[in-house]
Amino acid sequence: MELIIALIIGVLTTSGVFLTLRGHTFPVVLGLTLLAYAVNVFLFAMGRLTIGLPAVIDPTQAEYADPLPQALVLTAIVIAFGMTAFLIVLALKSRSELGNDHVDGQSCPEGEIPVETDVQKQIQRNEQL
Amino acid sequence: MMSLTFLPVLAPLLAGIIILLARLGGLNLQRLLSMLSVLLLTFISLELMQQAVQGQTQVYTLGNWVAPFGIVLVLDQLSALMVLITSILALGALWYAVTSKIDAKGSHFHVLFQIQLFGLNGAFMTGDVFNLFVFFEVLLLASYGLLLHGGGAARTKGGLQYVVINLIGSTLFLFAVGTLYGILGTLNIADMAVKVSQAQPEDLGVIAAAGLLLLVVFGLKAAMFPLYLWLPQAYANTSAPVAALFAIMTKVGLYAIIRVHGTVFGDSAGELAHYYAPWVLGLGLITLLLAALGVMAARGLREQVTYLVLASVATLLIGLGLNSAEALAASLYYLIHSTLIAGGFFLLADIIARGRDQIGDRFISANAMPQAVLIGGTFIFGAIAMSGMPPLSGFFGKVLILSSALDHEWFMTILGIVLVSGLLMIVAVARSGSLMFYHTQPDAPQGESLNSLAYGAVVMLFATGIILVIFAHSITLLTESTAQQLWQSSDYIQAVLNTRAVGGN
Repeated sequence: MELIIALIIGVLTTSGVFLTLRGHTFPVVLGLTLLAYAVNVFLFAMGRLTIGLPAVIDPTQAEYADPLPQALVLTAIVIAFGMTAFLIVLALKSRSELGNDHVDGQSCPEGEIPVETDVQKQIQRNEQL
Repeated sequence: MMSLTFLPVLAPLLAGIIILLARLGGLNLQRLLSMLSVLLLTFISLELMQQAVQGQTQVYTLGNWVAPFGIVLVLDQLSALMVLITSILALGALWYAVTSKIDAKGSHFHVLFQIQLFGLNGAFMTGDVFNLFVFFEVLLLASYGLLLHGGGAARTKGGLQYVVINLIGSTLFLFAVGTLYGILGTLNIADMAVKVSQAQPEDLGVIAAAGLLLLVVFGLKAAMFPLYLWLPQAYANTSAPVAALFAIMTKVGLYAIIRVHGTVFGDSAGELAHYYAPWVLGLGLITLLLAALGVMAARGLREQVTYLVLASVATLLIGLGLNSAEALAASLYYLIHSTLIAGGFFLLADIIARGRDQIGDRFISANAMPQAVLIGGTFIFGAIAMSGMPPLSGFFGKVLILSSALDHEWFMTILGIVLVSGLLMIVAVARSGSLMFYHTQPDAPQGESLNSLAYGAVVMLFATGIILVIFAHSITLLTESTAQQLWQSSDYIQAVLNTRAVGGN
């Protein structure tokens, strides 16, 4: 089980980092979400992996799982959820204000707000072909 | 007597909620409530400061759960000092926002402002690392809203990068917190310090790694090299009162380094005692050099001020990296100065930009602005204070930091970099000042005349530069006793862990 959890955290983090380094806002949002998943699983595993144990002390059971990481994860999930929602709205706002969805507002000359029309895009695409 | 310790955290939160409800009563009612709340906060923090200087560390157990099981709010001299600086800065920033009507440019300015103060004060007072994370998120969420206040393409662009980089920072914070919890089994700062001193030798490597990861997170907040690139974009493009309030935001990162690293990896930490300090010192030196180059290369006044803020952060990092009680005391003196003066300078930059009409704060010659003599005089004052020339507080702060570095093995490097960067900053600020106030075009359009009420906020914040000099002796005594208290982290640890539940046994 340890190996599977470790692999899951590793894969999630790798994909998250890869996506976060992309230039467009949408992959970045996805990457941050994956990173948040990875850290949630990681926090959870930090209370040690146990199976079938109660989180709250049960007199019939000899041991119990560490409840604190579960509380932490819950907080972290809520915060990550809110932040992601905010980021998506902000990404949409920047798409409409900057005219493109690059994280650094690429191809936007200073003081100008380019508005790419569909026609221009079509022309560009034709030229590239 | 009832403890006031929780009030700096609770008051802005309640004020924020009330102001949100007071929306129906119109903007003026919101303004009034917001000002009242900040004034109240200033009085509370003055009172708390008076209590704190008596040397007793006050601990407030939330929900009457004692540490290390519950979350505690801790008031020692450092937290009281930070809360006090925050409320003075907030007073100036809010006064400017109200008088220049910047708060009317979007909705919920005052609500976000109060929530921002809630997050800041919470971060300064909490005694628990996870709770610190939560308060970081609170202050960040409010800062996202404030940063974007008023809208505009450049603001959105800077804001997006600010949000993304801080989300990555939050993720790293959780990784570090998780690792520390996995090894130490606690997240209370005082308890962590005890557990680190008892840690098994094979765990030390992991603890050190997690500690450095935390340093990365706090370094990101403090804008330490190489994690400072978000700062100029975000601060230069936001509205003036928000930028002024954000002068304290970088100091939150510095505070967290002092509090968490200073306590957990203090003298008691055995092999790990102060292992982070050379990193802070080295990165601080690089940051300072780059910040000075940034000040030289800036194309507009606000951009220049952001790099000056960066330089002040870097100077503080050097002070922390020197790692002695003396250097810590010097850094705290410089921290008070740099936060308040930087806040005032952001406001002044906005006043100058308004006086120059279309040209704004860009370094192009324009018409002489209305009341140029008065504004120019204020600019010289701020420039002298920020770049660290005598006779103002910036100079004393730097002298104190340098004199505490005398015995350090890197002294020549530190001296060289601090002095060279200081020179570069003086040259750059002198150049921008002469360009804006002397190279004027007679036929260019003139901007708004000076808003003297808003100007009052700048005067108030800059006046602290004079107060810091006049009362330099008593203030250095205060910072020295604060540093002494921090240096003996065992007092803090004892105070937190020995607190008993109210009414319990």
